[in-house]
Amino acid sequence: MTTQAVISLDHIQKRFNNTEVLKDISLAVHPGEVVSIIGPSGSGKSTLLRCATLLERFEGGSLRYGDVVVAENNDQGVAVYKGKEADQAARQRFGLVFQNFNLFPHYSALRNVMDAPIAVQKREKGEVEAQARKLLAQMGLEGKEDNYPCELSGGQQQRVAIARALCLNPQILFFDEPTSALDPELTQEVLKVIRSLAEEHMTMVIVTHEMTFARDVSDRVVFMDGGVIVEEGPAQEVINNPQHNRTKSFLSRYQQGSED
Amino acid sequence: MDFVTMLSMLTEGFVVTLQIFACTLVGALPLGVLVALCRMSRFTVLSALTRVYISIMRGTPLMLQLMFIYFAPWYVFGVQLSTEWKFGATIVAFVLNYSAYFAEIYRSGIQSIPVGQREAAQVLGYSRAQTFMKIIMPQVIKRIIPAMGNEIIVLVKDTSLAFTIGVAELFTTARAIVSSQGVLTAFIVAAAFYWVFTFVVEAIIARIEKRLSYYHD
Ligand SMILES: Nc1ncnc2c1ncn2[C@@H]1O[C@H](COP(=O)(O)OP(=O)(O)OP(=O)(O)O)[C@@H](O)[C@H]1O
Ligand SMILES: [Mg+2]
Repeated sequence: MTTQAVISLDHIQKRFNNTEVLKDISLAVHPGEVVSIIGPSGSGKSTLLRCATLLERFEGGSLRYGDVVVAENNDQGVAVYKGKEADQAARQRFGLVFQNFNLFPHYSALRNVMDAPIAVQKREKGEVEAQARKLLAQMGLEGKEDNYPCELSGGQQQRVAIARALCLNPQILFFDEPTSALDPELTQEVLKVIRSLAEEHMTMVIVTHEMTFARDVSDRVVFMDGGVIVEEGPAQEVINNPQHNRTKSFLSRYQQGSED
Repeated sequence: MDFVTMLSMLTEGFVVTLQIFACTLVGALPLGVLVALCRMSRFTVLSALTRVYISIMRGTPLMLQLMFIYFAPWYVFGVQLSTEWKFGATIVAFVLNYSAYFAEIYRSGIQSIPVGQREAAQVLGYSRAQTFMKIIMPQVIKRIIPAMGNEIIVLVKDTSLAFTIGVAELFTTARAIVSSQGVLTAFIVAAAFYWVFTFVVEAIIARIEKRLSYYHD
């Protein structure tokens, strides 16, 4: 692809205490691309997303969002963060949807969506409200604007969280297992929303255990294990016809697991 | 002394009690937040010092602190004590003492907020101050109301400790009347004042609690 990547992570190394959790991970995502990250528990998927969204700092490697350089390796191969301004500029580029939603319980659904655009981006209230209402409707939440998170189902809460992330007009949206806290039924309504975003060519990176969904929705699948990217490629190929043994055994184990 | 005179004297004393109560809250509620933040600071020196401060404030009698602060200007600086300083010293001692108790309540409240709330705010681009004021604090207040309520009820009765340095609040007044008249009526009336006051404070706290019950987490 010739377009500039929305995000590029290069040679990321991340350790907790003395365990290396990410070992030389490189990943670039281009506009309109949907990338799914799969892999066994503990393989570093969440850590990778947390590094990309600045919730964790990595020790080695570089991270940029388009022209915004967040961190870059110095001569010794140690990641040097550029500072607060770069962080804040990067935060304007991405959104993150958490596994357990993390909505603000004291704000209504609408306020959850509207607050950051007004408080952070200093946008005008009327315009933000119009967009927020439109997004909530698009998420199938019309009539729920004034409800508080505690009055919504998990699936509805997650859709509010997606609207909240979208209302800041990010260039890329990250999802960390957006449905694993949900019942199968509620899972489907959230996946449907993500699918519709994919159809609108929203750039997304999704950590998921929903293999069928990953295969059908994403352009590219990345399989991680033990802190490295073991295999990556077009979604259909990786999921239907994995090349690497670790991918094969993960997917077959997964299929057995999901049949229970 | 007729009952009306006594009542008006006790009412005057009660007004002073109310002033101690209100000034303590006005001072200690915000100061407690500051103390809690210092206690949780990343700067270990600051957090250690704050820890010592809280420990002393909670580990020694308020009566002693009151005396200490009242007499400190004279014994330490040789400054002549004025009558106004009695009230001033009372407020200083109460605010310092209560801010330590409040700080621990705030701290437990702040630490009980799931880390995901902070992370969500951070990812959305909220500044640290915005995160604290808009996201964390409103949730903390709701969570700590029962504990704060208890402490505030204790404060109602603690105001009587100002007696030890001779501030003319409700208890001091009642005691003076009882010793000069030789009957216990003034104590009974004072008790009624405290009890009604506590009752009203409890009602206000319950109301705030109800007002914040529009959500739960
Ligand atoms: N804050 C932390 N401190 C220490 N170790 C951590 C921390 N966070 C993650 N780890 C470790 O890093 C490794 C990768 O964790 P991570 O959460 O990224 O895995 P994951 O692929 O998201 O797994 P899952 O599918 O279970 O969510 C694990 O071994 C985990 O124990
Ligand atoms: Mg994870």
